[in-house]
Amino acid sequence: MSEALLSARNLAVRFGGVLAVDDVSFDVRRGEVFTLIGPNGAGKTTVFNLISRIYAPTSGSLAFEGQPLGDVAPHRIATLGIARTFQNIELFEHATVLQNLLIGRHVHRGSSLWRELVFTPSVRAAERATRRKVEEVIDFLDLQHYRDTMVAGLPYGVRKVVELARALATEPKLLLLDEPSSGLNVEETGDMAFWIQDIRDDLGITVLMVEHDMSLVSRVSDRVLAMNQGQVLALGTPAEVQGHPGVIEAYLGAADDASSLRRPEP
Amino acid sequence: MRFIFKTRYDQDIDLVKHGGQRFWYSVLALALVIAPWALPDYWLAQLTFILIYGIVGLGLMLLAGFTGLFSLGHGAFLGVGAYTQAVLASMGWPFPLSLAVTIVLSAAVGAVVGMPALRVKGIYLAIATLAFGFIVEEVLARWESVTGGNAGKVVPSLDLFGWKADGAASFYLVCLACAVLSTLVVLNLLRTSTGRAFVAIRDSEISAQSMGIHLARYKTTSFMISAALAGVGGALYAHQIRFLSPDQFGILQSIDLLLMVVIGGLGSIHGAFLGAAFLITMPQLITLGKDLLPSAIGQATGLQSVVYGLVLIAFVLFEPLGMYGRWLKVRTWFQLFPFYRRGLFRRQKAFQKSDRLR
Repeated sequence: MSEALLSARNLAVRFGGVLAVDDVSFDVRRGEVFTLIGPNGAGKTTVFNLISRIYAPTSGSLAFEGQPLGDVAPHRIATLGIARTFQNIELFEHATVLQNLLIGRHVHRGSSLWRELVFTPSVRAAERATRRKVEEVIDFLDLQHYRDTMVAGLPYGVRKVVELARALATEPKLLLLDEPSSGLNVEETGDMAFWIQDIRDDLGITVLMVEHDMSLVSRVSDRVLAMNQGQVLALGTPAEVQGHPGVIEAYLGAADDASSLRRPEP
Repeated sequence: MRFIFKTRYDQDIDLVKHGGQRFWYSVLALALVIAPWALPDYWLAQLTFILIYGIVGLGLMLLAGFTGLFSLGHGAFLGVGAYTQAVLASMGWPFPLSLAVTIVLSAAVGAVVGMPALRVKGIYLAIATLAFGFIVEEVLARWESVTGGNAGKVVPSLDLFGWKADGAASFYLVCLACAVLSTLVVLNLLRTSTGRAFVAIRDSEISAQSMGIHLARYKTTSFMISAALAGVGGALYAHQIRFLSPDQFGILQSIDLLLMVVIGGLGSIHGAFLGAAFLITMPQLITLGKDLLPSAIGQATGLQSVVYGLVLIAFVLFEPLGMYGRWLKVRTWFQLFPFYRRGLFRRQKAFQKSDRLR
């Protein structure tokens, strides 16, 4: 439990004049659910994009299982065992749910282009194995009903689950969830909480997520990191972080701030 | 309505999904094989052209319809294939050998042209490939010692290790074999990880990348396979038309090819052949229709371009899924009769995507 799976040291990224992430350090331990919270624009998604190498940090470093991520190509991240979902669902729209999940197995493909062109028996065997793995994920997330449906026609809540399923199909060690509950109703959010717990407990996958729904955060998180304006505010258990004065100030404003908003007495 | 009860994963992997398909494709295969004895020479030549353009269409379909990269330079790949074949055939190379060289050379050219695709997309890629098309056309015109320049080049008839496929029927059968093999190769590709990677790149590059797909490698692969298929089509085209000149492989040819896959139906293998059938038969239909029109319109130059343009606009507006999409709707109408709803195929508006990452 104490071993760090992912460690960030003094991460900073600058877009022009904006310091989106400023000197952020944290360790995600193996087997925990680690949550980033913070108001809009705090730099949570930017941290995600740094981990998946969509952005390169201006300074600081990231390491996954002790291996520095500094010079790893973006497409190699999935091979290392890091999968992610996106804030505004990025599925393959004009493909079925099944095809989306099969694409999730890409890092485990075992056939060369030449054998695929003639579809040798070994390719067929590989396809069968791929399909079997995908069916496990479909069972895990109850997607049987949508297997052959085009993603473009699915309701938002189901797409969210399909995206989670696609990330799970890569068999990651670390799962990055960018706002898993956004756009979901109460019931769907409840399901999501159960799945996140199952992913940690049954599949043994470490989860790093960005989330706004504090009830979900306190239900599933082992540790929480609060950010504001690119900086770390607090790190600790959900209860500790929620009680931290800096966090309350970032969300609600300081106690004496409100006085200036009060309408002056006539 | 047919309901398929699936009990094995192989049923999803196999190319033929059910007995009905097996029956109809067998009928089609039989009809195509006996065509040389059943059709008059003129229509057999047209059918040969449909097969040739169908092969080129397969290539462009893979690139535009499945990988989402639009090329306005495919006429040039056709040209590279045609001239390579012409030069090798006049040196006396047997067809399988020269075809292999043509495929390798076209694929290599495709890899080079695919380079800009790694950096630009959409309209910018179209412009980059358009420029490539002009360069190739110019090279074909200027490199007179090899291509014969604007005077043209005569192509000898097809030679299969001594057996000459110089008759319309024998050449047609060679084209049929090439078309069937090309189709099988593309279908195989699409049901494995490489084909799925293409589709992933088409729908969302950013999440394709986060699924571990090496964008540059797969885009280049797609360009190479697409160019190789265009090269095969070009090689057959050279033998069919017997006389090559650079202006056959210019911008108009490229536009025709793109028109073909759009009208056929982007993202479907059937679409490549349906589009080819449209492209080949349309001029005949226009010629037939000419006499029915008042002479001021019927005899006007550029009538064909106007008709093509109108048809393209009509397809983009009313049937973006092309001829194959229309066929799917008609089939569904009959399958569900009388329960077909108008909105059945309407695409739901895509949810907002994270544009900030582009």
